[in-house]
Amino acid sequence: MVKRLNNHFSQNIGDLIFEKLTLLFAVSVFLLVILMGYEMYLGSKISIQKFGFSFLFNSSWDPVQEVYGALPIIYGTVVSSILSLLIAVPLSIGVAIFLAEVAPSWLEKPVSFLVELLAGIPSVIYGLWGIFVLVPWLRNSFEPWLADKFGYLPFFRGAPYGFGMLAAVMILTIMLLPIISSISRDVLKAVPRSRREAALALGATKWQSTLIVLKDAKSGILGASMLGLGRAIGETMAVTMVIGNRSLISTSLFDPSYTMASVIANEFTEATSQMYLSSLIELALVLFIITIIINAFARILVWSMSRKWSAA
Amino acid sequence: MNIFYRLSLLIPLFSLLTHAQVQLVGTGATFPAVIYSKWFDEYRNTTGIQINYQPIGSGGGIRQIIEGTVDFGASDGPMTDRQLSDAKSKQGTGILHIPTVMGAVVVCYHIPGLGKGLNLDSRALSDIYIGRITMWDDPYIKNLNPESNLPHRAVLVAHRSDGSGTTFIFTDYLSKISSEWASKIGRGTSVNWPVGLGGKGNDGVAGLVKQTEGSVGYVELAYAIKNNIPYADIKNQSGYFIEPTFSSVSAAAMAASVNMPSDLRVSITDPPGKGSYPISGFTWLLVYQNMKNETKAKALVNFLKWAMSRGQALAAGLYYVPLPASIIKLCNNKINLITANGKKIK
Repeated sequence: MVKRLNNHFSQNIGDLIFEKLTLLFAVSVFLLVILMGYEMYLGSKISIQKFGFSFLFNSSWDPVQEVYGALPIIYGTVVSSILSLLIAVPLSIGVAIFLAEVAPSWLEKPVSFLVELLAGIPSVIYGLWGIFVLVPWLRNSFEPWLADKFGYLPFFRGAPYGFGMLAAVMILTIMLLPIISSISRDVLKAVPRSRREAALALGATKWQSTLIVLKDAKSGILGASMLGLGRAIGETMAVTMVIGNRSLISTSLFDPSYTMASVIANEFTEATSQMYLSSLIELALVLFIITIIINAFARILVWSMSRKWSAA
Repeated sequence: MNIFYRLSLLIPLFSLLTHAQVQLVGTGATFPAVIYSKWFDEYRNTTGIQINYQPIGSGGGIRQIIEGTVDFGASDGPMTDRQLSDAKSKQGTGILHIPTVMGAVVVCYHIPGLGKGLNLDSRALSDIYIGRITMWDDPYIKNLNPESNLPHRAVLVAHRSDGSGTTFIFTDYLSKISSEWASKIGRGTSVNWPVGLGGKGNDGVAGLVKQTEGSVGYVELAYAIKNNIPYADIKNQSGYFIEPTFSSVSAAAMAASVNMPSDLRVSITDPPGKGSYPISGFTWLLVYQNMKNETKAKALVNFLKWAMSRGQALAAGLYYVPLPASIIKLCNNKINLITANGKKIK
């Protein structure tokens, strides 16, 4: 009896320590985010005081005159990320469906392995491939063809240099594909087998049962896409190598553009003046906030969808 | 003060902690990093004194010398008056600019059917980079190159996307020769380019130029020579088209040394002299005029003197342009001004 009590007591202590310790870890993540935001705010104070909201809406980034406006850079970041996501998501879902539902296992294993391998390639390698393979192909074949067939659209006008928004979008698409498809495949595989069997037993075709599985996995696939979007927004090296690096707002995908992560990476080392440094840190702060907004948005979307599902 | 700033100041401390013996720590420009690491290596072999250099960029070099976290800084562009007075109020001593080697900027191009020897002048360059000249067979360029067969092809302008001393020298030249450039764009390590594509680093710009027909860009002389890229002869102040070579860059420094300001913070773009190549500049080491630690001061002075004599001989092998004798003399005068706690160093 005494022994049991003792045991009970020491177990309680252990549980208590465990609980507090894990709580500390959890809280420290939260604190870290706040601290990061606060430090970036402190670092960018001079620039925030001088430019206010015009930092977000002014379109001239001029280190010589010390005038910093981030609009074209924010535009470049958002457009390149969203366009690449729009292309990557359907392709990835296709890959995931094939791997989880259609492919025989002797094919599924090696293909899944290759997809995961793609996710592990460093981005500078993608960038080099972009410079030496993708960009010449865009310049000599794809962009002239686009201009020829769809030149009446404002998206495909101007001189086809190869370097520019289109190259960045395509590189990002290739980089997002393995991330989104490998997570989506896992999500699809997690849907209980009984759902498929039930559908088939009720006389559903393969396609109809796959649709049901897809509906079950919707929130997971959405989460995978948001992870991909996070990667696209923060991607620096591969993008800066092909995007053309000029702060410019243009409807044409052939024109050069710039992203926030690239500007910071490019200009931080040689930023000599306090205002310049401060503006670069403010840019980081804006990137930080945009990332938080997008993640929050994704959470809400996932949450509302899963609620709808459980209600139905 | 923000955390990045503080963390960046810590970088040199780590290296200090790992070695107990006297060693010098410096940070700054990336352009001279190759020759500097060669120098520090050779110098350690002959004297045993360790010098630790981190090429984190000119901006970082200037910030850290102002904060006093390093023994010396390095920069491709001179410090501004405001930065100098900042340093004086924080460190209680002036900062000396010591030129170490020179770099030149060449204008490289990729025009189908045209090898070396395109002629360009200041107006052609500024008009190309402002975006006024858009075709290679523009009458103005044709007039400069009566013998070349220039194609009817669009000019694609390439520039650096990362902040760089190369960009500083190039835009400094354009600002000197074109008042329009000076008022609209100006000089700096990064500027707001009116046209063109940005490539990261010398290799990024060279890659753009190599790959794209009809392109023009600017890169370091050393980079262009090593990679065998065709580059243009530029018309200098005296009206001669000058090919960028070690001797024409050296000639520019010699011509500029006649009217050198005493603090050696000088741009030597667009210099006088028949044989001077017009787009070149110094890279500087930034040192405190009065150092607090006598052992360190002695080591630094000895190193600087060594760099001005033996060190210069190593420059050409690594494709840096050595300083001409007239500039070395001025540098040695500067080095002799360094003191430790107000006392002269023997």
